[in-house]
Amino acid sequence: MTAHTKGSGLKWVGRAIRRLEDPALVTGQGRFTADLPAVHWVRIVRSPVAAGKIAKIGAPDGATVIAATDLKGVKKITPMLHKFNYKPVGQPVLADGVVRFVGEPVAAVVAASKEAAEDIAELVELTVDETAPEIDALAALRPDAAQIHTEAPGNVILEGKFKTPDFDAAWAGAHKFVSVEAGSHRQNATPMEARAGHAAYDASTGRVTLTCTTQMPHLMRTAIADVLGMPESDLRVVAPDVGGGFGQKMSLAAEYVVLVWLARKLKSSVAWTEDRRENLIAGFHARDQAITLEGAFDKDARLIALKTDIVANVGAYSCFPTTCGVEPLMAMAEMPGPYDFKHYETRARGVLTNTCTMAPYRGVSRPVITFTLERLMDKAAKAFGLDVVDIRRRNLIDKFPYTSAIGLVYDEATYKQTLEMAVKEIDLPAFRTRQKAARAKGRHLGIGFATFSERTGYGSPAFAARGMEITPGWETVILTVDPSGFVEARIGSSPHGQGLRTTLAQIIADEIGVTPDLIKVVHGDTDRAPYGWGTFASRSLVICGGATLIAAQKVRAKLIKIASHLLEAAPGDIVLENGEARVAGTDRSVSIAKMAREAYTQTHKFKGEIEPGITETGTYDPPGTFSNACHVAIVEVDIETGRTTVEKFLVAEDAGKIINPMIADGQVHGGIAQGIGNALLEEIVYDESGGILTANLADYMPPTAREIPPIELHHIETPSTESITKAKGLGEGGCIGAPAAVINAINDALSEYNVQIDEMPATPQRIRAALRTSPAVVPAKAGTQ
Amino acid sequence: MKPAAFVRHVPKTLDEALKILARVAPQDGRVLAGGQSLVPIMAFRLAKPAHLVDINEVEGLDKIAHDGKTLDIGARVRHAAFHKSVVDNPLGALLSEVARHVAHYPIRMRGTFCGSLAHADPASEWCLVAATLDATMVAKSMRGARAIAAKDFFAGIMATTLAEDELLAEVRLPLLARDARFGFNEFNRRAGDFAMSAALVTYTLQDGKIGGARVGVGGAEPCPRRIAEAEAALNGKAPSDAAFRAAAEAAAHAVEPLEDHQTTGEYRRDLVRAVVRRALEQSTQ
Ligand SMILES: Cc1cc2nc3c(=O)[nH]c(=O)nc-3n(C[C@H](O)[C@H](O)[C@H](O)COP(=O)(O)OP(=O)(O)OC[C@H]3O[C@@H](n4cnc5c(N)ncnc54)[C@H](O)[C@@H]3O)c2cc1C
Repeated sequence: MTAHTKGSGLKWVGRAIRRLEDPALVTGQGRFTADLPAVHWVRIVRSPVAAGKIAKIGAPDGATVIAATDLKGVKKITPMLHKFNYKPVGQPVLADGVVRFVGEPVAAVVAASKEAAEDIAELVELTVDETAPEIDALAALRPDAAQIHTEAPGNVILEGKFKTPDFDAAWAGAHKFVSVEAGSHRQNATPMEARAGHAAYDASTGRVTLTCTTQMPHLMRTAIADVLGMPESDLRVVAPDVGGGFGQKMSLAAEYVVLVWLARKLKSSVAWTEDRRENLIAGFHARDQAITLEGAFDKDARLIALKTDIVANVGAYSCFPTTCGVEPLMAMAEMPGPYDFKHYETRARGVLTNTCTMAPYRGVSRPVITFTLERLMDKAAKAFGLDVVDIRRRNLIDKFPYTSAIGLVYDEATYKQTLEMAVKEIDLPAFRTRQKAARAKGRHLGIGFATFSERTGYGSPAFAARGMEITPGWETVILTVDPSGFVEARIGSSPHGQGLRTTLAQIIADEIGVTPDLIKVVHGDTDRAPYGWGTFASRSLVICGGATLIAAQKVRAKLIKIASHLLEAAPGDIVLENGEARVAGTDRSVSIAKMAREAYTQTHKFKGEIEPGITETGTYDPPGTFSNACHVAIVEVDIETGRTTVEKFLVAEDAGKIINPMIADGQVHGGIAQGIGNALLEEIVYDESGGILTANLADYMPPTAREIPPIELHHIETPSTESITKAKGLGEGGCIGAPAAVINAINDALSEYNVQIDEMPATPQRIRAALRTSPAVVPAKAGTQ
Repeated sequence: MKPAAFVRHVPKTLDEALKILARVAPQDGRVLAGGQSLVPIMAFRLAKPAHLVDINEVEGLDKIAHDGKTLDIGARVRHAAFHKSVVDNPLGALLSEVARHVAHYPIRMRGTFCGSLAHADPASEWCLVAATLDATMVAKSMRGARAIAAKDFFAGIMATTLAEDELLAEVRLPLLARDARFGFNEFNRRAGDFAMSAALVTYTLQDGKIGGARVGVGGAEPCPRRIAEAEAALNGKAPSDAAFRAAAEAAAHAVEPLEDHQTTGEYRRDLVRAVVRRALEQSTQ
């Protein structure tokens, strides 16, 4: 046993200790799905066309090629919502006669190596009788549009509507109306590790172990067992090290079902590793929304009422488990954001098209709605002749708890304080002076603000409100002190880069008086971890952290009881610290290791008053808590080329109590990098026939380190009353605020040209095209004939 | 994304390499240099060569030499060789300025100068250098050696006049006048990406007037080339904002711009105008 960090007597919570998970990852000892050897390798044959009927799937002689016709008895993947006129549409695991998007899995080739499988896949003769596809959501709403699924006439898979009672009167009484038509093009979460699965059959038990890149191992087990009609106990799902998920890996990949089916059929091991092209065309997309937003303001520039129409292009199928409602319904519920107004009318539709299925991606909907709402605020500022900070000052919520126009209850937050903090730290007056000086030299600098609320750590009632048949929410943690005195927490969350092993260890360490490095956090294995919902939606630290705290408090109580027996002292006199229990004010103590040993091996000492062993369970299902932040971007726009350079990014942020400041900052940094990518670079482009023009990382452009500016973070810690650790979630905020801040800054830089950039990403081509329409733009006369 | 099966040959001498190439060329046999373009293309299965003639161990191809007239760059010379000036002539500084725009550091450690030319991506910086400076390509095969002028070398997007059995053994770049000025500018969306337009300019000053102007544009058309109209707009003029703008305008006007799903011809002309002017501005700094 190695020496442990000596307890300093300081609390562990709140300290920037190094991540316990990193030594393995940075020394090449991480274990990833694609590292596993397999007997058989699978290559998926994918539809080359967006819509059509499969006429023929011809396999080369002697090759093993599995198609829908082979999968007798395998059900379709059919997630369900019991609200919003949702039309359940099923996705066959392999296309069953019809293809609905480019990249849809049609057949699985099985061979002895990846290379051989790819060779055979090239020889599979796939004939599809093409039909005209619908690619664009607005076009798919035409009365004469092609129908993607007969179950969803008109291609509308769900429609949510909401209107507050006195809306019309309030609207009629407004002083000024401001509107924006904004939207986001399609994006892909682009995790560093694309998807991969490995299914191995165990002949002695008949069980299959599916190792895969998932954020939700238990739910994968439930879903796959359902679709295959097998007992859940015959399936073990393992998420080893997972190289980023960002939501893309919480949805069920049809490919995993095929792998488990094949492992059972071949009684062997079968593996599949997706390549980047497959990930970009078929690994789930996100963000594709068109939003019309109108705000009604009173004469003091206070927002009175908001009206919105949201159209989300959800793609060809509905993702499991969240359903495709995740984008439009979140847009509908959370559009009011951090602003104080009472009247709200909204309509949100999910529209099916012949494109890759949409699924959650970090921030889910909120990067787009925040962008839209923050564009509206900037336009309103202009309409009233106000500063962009001033209009926000007039409208941000400052009384708590606050019930939003649609009925969400916001706990205490610091919308105004973070705004003021950001304004001060960025030194707005100094920037305006610099901006003028730069302009005199022909340079265009701009500043953009985004204020937003981030709903995090919400439990099952929030999902039930959406009518979801599967309502994730709670988490369970089983905490054990084993006979060696080491501590093991088995958790249902499934971290994949977030540092949860470290932050949970910090929480436990403070309760039971041991150092974090004595604590092992076990996750990502359905045989070892309790049923849980995995890691997504800025939930794990709040929900799993809360369950951890509950379990740790119980273990603490038990240790104190044991100590009071062994030390013959009153429980109230026992302190737990530095790995031992001590009678306060004395030198009488017993180590936790000794107590643990006795709890298992010397139980007679406790005369039946204490149950053997030390294992406690905590379960937590909180209502949810709102983080908030103000993001500021300073950009320079090159008006000749349309290029935007982000010069600086500043965040003033409140995520409640911070458990580990370094990890919190890392989460925000990563989110901002993705948000800048969303704002400026990343876009999945379809051609009219439904082919993807951005199927590699030269054409689909995540930012590199060189596109990311220095990021300055400031924190306010408002302890959450809705979370027992007092922490709020912060996993998504970075990418929620960044697109709005960056694109508002672009519009500020270009304000003299009276152009409006309301689309993300704001590519150089789009900026330049907008500038070309402005009479004020000097260059670009000749050369165009 | 696994390449189709192929046979790799690793000759040690030029003669051996040319012999193998002559034999395998009819079966889509190809030269493998740094592999930084060929290997990705094979992974996408856009190319499925049955044979690769790997020249990385061929003696004598790793040399950079100069004789006072030209700088001769062998087929194994990597992009990274130019990070520092390789010759005491403005050309050395020009090449090291351009080199840092070629891809990313790890790619520059493997990719070769000659490989870039043989690959002939329209946006390749080295192709632009070769076109602007009127380089000479030395092609060798079992049939003999021949010299190809830059203007006769590029034949379209990723196409050259090299025959299948020919190895581009060396590229010869003319040294610049001692007092030559140069400027380079490129536009891309992310650091290290291929340029969406790039410009290289060189000239000398005689009595304060521009002479011998060369204005090359890459990334805008199927092949990089000198733009005579822009050069004409410069020769005989003193370097000035007006002269530079006129040349940039002439270049934007002269190109037949490539278009793609995100880039209209109009936008490409905007970029050409910007990169030419900026390259000219850089030449005065
Ligand atoms: C992410 C990325 C970014 C990049 N960005 C840029 C960039 O910004 N600018 C740029 O210019 N390039 C860029 N490249 C390409 C890189 O510069 C390549 O190294 C170069 O294009 C080819 O050189 P190579 O030695 O790697 O050739 P290889 O990949 O080995 O070969 C390329 C082609 O040329 C042929 N060939 C190579 N050498 C010879 C020879 N001596 N005789 C005959 N035929 C030959 C091969 O048969 C093959 O067809 C990038 C590459 C990557 C992966």
